[in-house]
Amino acid sequence: MTLSVALRHRFGDFALDVAFQAGPGVTALFGRSGAGKTTIVNAVAGLLRPDHADITFDGQRFDTLPVHKRRIGYVFQDARLFPHMNVADNLDYASRYGARASDRPRIIDMLGIGPLLTRHPATLSGGEKQRVALGRALLSNPRLLLMDEPLAALDAQRKANILPYLDRLKAETGVPILYVSHAVDEVARLADHMVLLSGGEVARAGPLFDVMADPAAVPLLGVREAGAVLRGHVVAHGDDGLSTLQLAAGQIQLLGVQAPVGADLRLRVLAQDVLLSLSEPAGLSAQNILPVTITAIRAGDGPGAAIALDAGGDALLARVTGRAVQTMKLTEGLRLFAVIKATSVAQSAISGAAI
Amino acid sequence: MMLDDAGWTALRLSLQVGVTATMLALPLAIWVAWLLARRDFWGKQTLNALVHLPLVLPPVVTGYLLLIAFGRNGPAGRFLEETFGLVLAFRWTGAALAAAIMGFPLMVRAIRLAIEAVDPKLEEAARTLGAPGWAVFGSITLPLILPGVLAGVVMGFAKAIGEFGATITFVANIPGETQTLPSAIYALLQVPGGEDAAIRLVLWACLLALGAVVLSEWLARRVARRIAGA
Repeated sequence: MTLSVALRHRFGDFALDVAFQAGPGVTALFGRSGAGKTTIVNAVAGLLRPDHADITFDGQRFDTLPVHKRRIGYVFQDARLFPHMNVADNLDYASRYGARASDRPRIIDMLGIGPLLTRHPATLSGGEKQRVALGRALLSNPRLLLMDEPLAALDAQRKANILPYLDRLKAETGVPILYVSHAVDEVARLADHMVLLSGGEVARAGPLFDVMADPAAVPLLGVREAGAVLRGHVVAHGDDGLSTLQLAAGQIQLLGVQAPVGADLRLRVLAQDVLLSLSEPAGLSAQNILPVTITAIRAGDGPGAAIALDAGGDALLARVTGRAVQTMKLTEGLRLFAVIKATSVAQSAISGAAI
Repeated sequence: MMLDDAGWTALRLSLQVGVTATMLALPLAIWVAWLLARRDFWGKQTLNALVHLPLVLPPVVTGYLLLIAFGRNGPAGRFLEETFGLVLAFRWTGAALAAAIMGFPLMVRAIRLAIEAVDPKLEEAARTLGAPGWAVFGSITLPLILPGVLAGVVMGFAKAIGEFGATITFVANIPGETQTLPSAIYALLQVPGGEDAAIRLVLWACLLALGAVVLSEWLARRVARRIAGA
């Protein structure tokens, strides 16, 4: 299950020239608006004919197939439910022309849309519409799922409501997903692979954990959004609301962890929330202190520098000032301590689902 | 309101011509409206101008052009007679053709507006779900433009039963064959003492037009309600 995309397209001043591969799992296409994300997805879907395209899926030439023969499921930012059909008819539309999906009840159950079946799209909330659209795309029995900012039109609350469904979708269906987003938190939570787009080109591509921890990705993600994603294991929930998580480099305490004891999860630690200390700090309010080794230092365009750290096999990213790099004499290979505030790992950055 | 035999014949003929003309023009009008709304092709503006021509040409000119083309000695007329045994000149079928052509631009306009109001993104979504082009039109576009199609049908039908200039030029004013309501009213007004019969036909013409509008409004409202899902 590998999608291989190579395309070039020009419109106006903008030139898109990208090549990347997307394997099983979720591959995130990340970039600012205007980076060419939607153009790429539309080309894969066949809704846009690029100037030059070489798109194959499992060795089959894709770009010469008409849209309706590609067997892709496309979840649009605006759900695009058919207004003259109720929810059940919208769902059944998907199986009308393709192979009938055998697991209709399971998909309906997974997305929690059973109670909506007789409703009309006009009466649904944004989150409900998006769940129906997701179900409709799945019921077309797709070989590949394309999702173009499916959560961008939703407010934070609705987004939080629908994210667990996406977690389940990822865990329960084996369909590879190409996920377009400009929200780092969504990508950090869902994606397995990441393609970073900038100015119509692929700036970075690879496994999510690697790309997120790459100091060179900091300017592309935005200095306030950049931060490594770590794998953690819930060890215990304390009475005081603090939970203990086991990381590769040691244990840390975090607030607001919902996952049960024993669960594996991801946490995104923003580079700006990581402090560095040459000696093991004592008398700090922050309790999470991990021994780390500097693996790379990258000076930014501004006064900041991104420091890549190895934390017992996990990659961590810290952002400090250039002056700090000089006065602390930070160099590659230096062993020091990283300090993470328990309150700084945002709730939304903690995935509730398995890795 | 009671009509004499000649009046009834004119009324019946008008309905026959109107229904035939509308049914004849509708599929073509939908297709042309779709082409104009959704496709870009060479000669699009020419097609658009051609469709609108009957609206701006004097009806007599349209009728005369029809006579030249579809008369028994015209190229199209001879072809139709030799191939299908179909004669249009001075027959009610010719009246239907004239009415269809005169109503065509009105139908295309209404349907085109309706198609342009359908979000192409819905059609794209249907294609990604595996529906081929014709199925997308049948299952998404057509149901959504039904109110516009109905509006077009009513406009076309009203135009068809009211058509006078092109009809009388092309197929003359033969009672029982090509004498529709307007021609009958015109003929009655040419003879002394025909006003009473003319007035009754005028009332029927008003009734017919009004009925068509009311019926289409009612249908369009039902369709719109279904689309909105209330």
